[in-house]
Amino acid sequence: MGSFSRRTLLAAGAGAGILTACGSNTGRGGGGSGPRLSHWYHQYGEAGTEQAVQRYAAAYQKARVGIEWRPGNYDQQTAAALLTDSGPDVFEADGPTLDQIRGGQVLDLTELVDGVKGDFRPAVLGPKTYEGKVWAIPQVVDMQLLYYRKSLLEDAGVEPPTTLDALVDAAGKLTDDKVKGLFLGNDGGAGALGGTPLYAAGLQLVTEDGGVGFDGPAAARTLGKLHRLHADRSLLLGAPTDWSDPAAFVQGLTAMQWSGLWALPQVRKELGDDFGVLPFPEDGSDGRPAVLVGAYGAAVSARSRNKEAAKEYVRWLWVERIDYQRDFALSYGFHIPARISLAARAPELEEGPAADAVRFTADHGHAQPLLWTPACRTAYQDALSRIIRSGADPESELRAVVRKVSAELDRVKKSS
Amino acid sequence: MRRRGALWFWVFVGPFALGLALFTYVPLLWSVALSFFDARNTVTPTDFVGPANYTAVLGDDGFTDSLRTFLVFTAFIVPVTYVFSLSLALMVNRVRRARAFFRSVFFLPAACSYVVAALIWKMSLFSGVRFGLANTVLGWFGEDPVAWLATPDPPWYWLVIVTVRLWLQTGFYMILFLAGLQRIDPVLYEAAAVDGARPGWTVLRHITLPQLRATSVAVLLLLVVGAFQAFDEFYNLLSDARGYPPYARPPLVYLYYTALGQGQNLGFGSAGAVILALVVAVVTAGQARWLKPGRTDGDG
Repeated sequence: MGSFSRRTLLAAGAGAGILTACGSNTGRGGGGSGPRLSHWYHQYGEAGTEQAVQRYAAAYQKARVGIEWRPGNYDQQTAAALLTDSGPDVFEADGPTLDQIRGGQVLDLTELVDGVKGDFRPAVLGPKTYEGKVWAIPQVVDMQLLYYRKSLLEDAGVEPPTTLDALVDAAGKLTDDKVKGLFLGNDGGAGALGGTPLYAAGLQLVTEDGGVGFDGPAAARTLGKLHRLHADRSLLLGAPTDWSDPAAFVQGLTAMQWSGLWALPQVRKELGDDFGVLPFPEDGSDGRPAVLVGAYGAAVSARSRNKEAAKEYVRWLWVERIDYQRDFALSYGFHIPARISLAARAPELEEGPAADAVRFTADHGHAQPLLWTPACRTAYQDALSRIIRSGADPESELRAVVRKVSAELDRVKKSS
Repeated sequence: MRRRGALWFWVFVGPFALGLALFTYVPLLWSVALSFFDARNTVTPTDFVGPANYTAVLGDDGFTDSLRTFLVFTAFIVPVTYVFSLSLALMVNRVRRARAFFRSVFFLPAACSYVVAALIWKMSLFSGVRFGLANTVLGWFGEDPVAWLATPDPPWYWLVIVTVRLWLQTGFYMILFLAGLQRIDPVLYEAAAVDGARPGWTVLRHITLPQLRATSVAVLLLLVVGAFQAFDEFYNLLSDARGYPPYARPPLVYLYYTALGQGQNLGFGSAGAVILALVVAVVTAGQARWLKPGRTDGDG
């Protein structure tokens, strides 16, 4: 009975999965023969991306690859699908998460990057690596940075800020009754910035040896400054679109906005040369500018019925087919290729703000560490939100976060 | 004959009972079982941990905060919705003309999806920029725009949450009250008038409300359960791509973010869900005992 009901539960989950998949599964297999593989992508906003990945899949000869294009809460969908037999064989993931790796839900892909490991940017390969093994092949590098409107800064007599204090002052000076100085997201920045201000203060989220990297007065001092932005009413809040969309910036609701590199083509189209980009400015004597980098990577589900074929396909697409990787990174949205050799040969990335962004990534890029689990993130983000918007005492808030995070890190270390 | 009756009973009830068992009871019991295991990224865990998940959930101030917030929210939204929908029902019941029109107009929002309503409230009515509807009105009086959903102090976000919920729910409960009102025997009102009861408060207090007792109990129970199940409009109003603010966070939303969404700590999440279910059970049982639903409209 036990195993029967277990199976029915899984079947029920699978049924739900099929229902939700109806809209997105194109039903088209790839061009090749051999086993069927299902490959999941989250929904990219840029036109042409879906057709591009269909085209790559159709070009693969050794398996019939079906693309599933999944709108909505992609990370949650994959997390649930990996529990069932009806999940993907290959899927792109912002992770995989630490617990997906430790739970044996994804396959070790170390052998796929043999010989080319050094060609992937360490900042993005690092979070895909656990205990020396690689669990996903980075597809492209995404990064977040600060956009500013040159003309508005000139009118207000403000220099592009290079320290956090200067940023706070500039945001105040740029704010009037029509335009706000800075947009960090509708939540005041807690979500979008994440650990960026800590890196800009010379700290980190998790240390090399897996400890808490922000236990000390410097963290409280830096995060406390973010509250000043809110208290001065220099932050744009409640915009129709959030920080990831450059609409607020190009519509002139704000003079500066924290957003992603993906927004650059749209900003350039709307504003021409009237904008520049900056990393998050440094704070304190040990401070360094910082940008947040991340990468979707291709992972293989441990429940795949064709594990070797799935790995072979991932190797073909994300290691061997340099031309497709280039096309995927630069032809639709705007991303930095994950391969260093490829980024170096891309003329799109050689001048102007795009070149600045590449330089920031190389010099100041920090990725969210693998050990920074959702539990850590929620605790930290709650505290940051209370510090920024409610003016909560940074020291006591951070003390509570450090306690929670170190308990979580202990759990991770203990059972590994 | 009896066997045929039994056959038809199962033909009609069977599919429903099966569905109920499969999609409600099995997952429910499964979830209770999971809450005693260290179930990370698996629904078939092997690592029995006893009550550890329960101590973890109860020791997590994020979760206890959300429970507290929701007790307060329930204590507020339930009576307010009750009063609003009862008042609407009394008014609609009294109009002589176009009663069907008013009934439909007030009921229509109940047909709207929570998600759609939440997005309209968020993006057009209570958008934080100067051209949002609420801010445009404020602008006529020379006030600065308010970031309705993004400022915790003062907590304007409650205004947004409460108005969207009232707009969506009031019409539905109004219909329930209307049905109850129409079952009250007009003879009672005539007798009261003969006895000298003044129309208005006295009649409402001594005739209408006692006669509506069963309806009221049902409405209150539904409202309480609904308040604790709150997810849709909160999630759509306040979440963004990177998470949910630490205020006005329903317990279900908190569990979704920490345990049941991307980070799959299913043992912890199940423990939280069981605690939430217990709270709902205790509150509704207490309420039922206090309101004595056994008495029907007729006994009042």
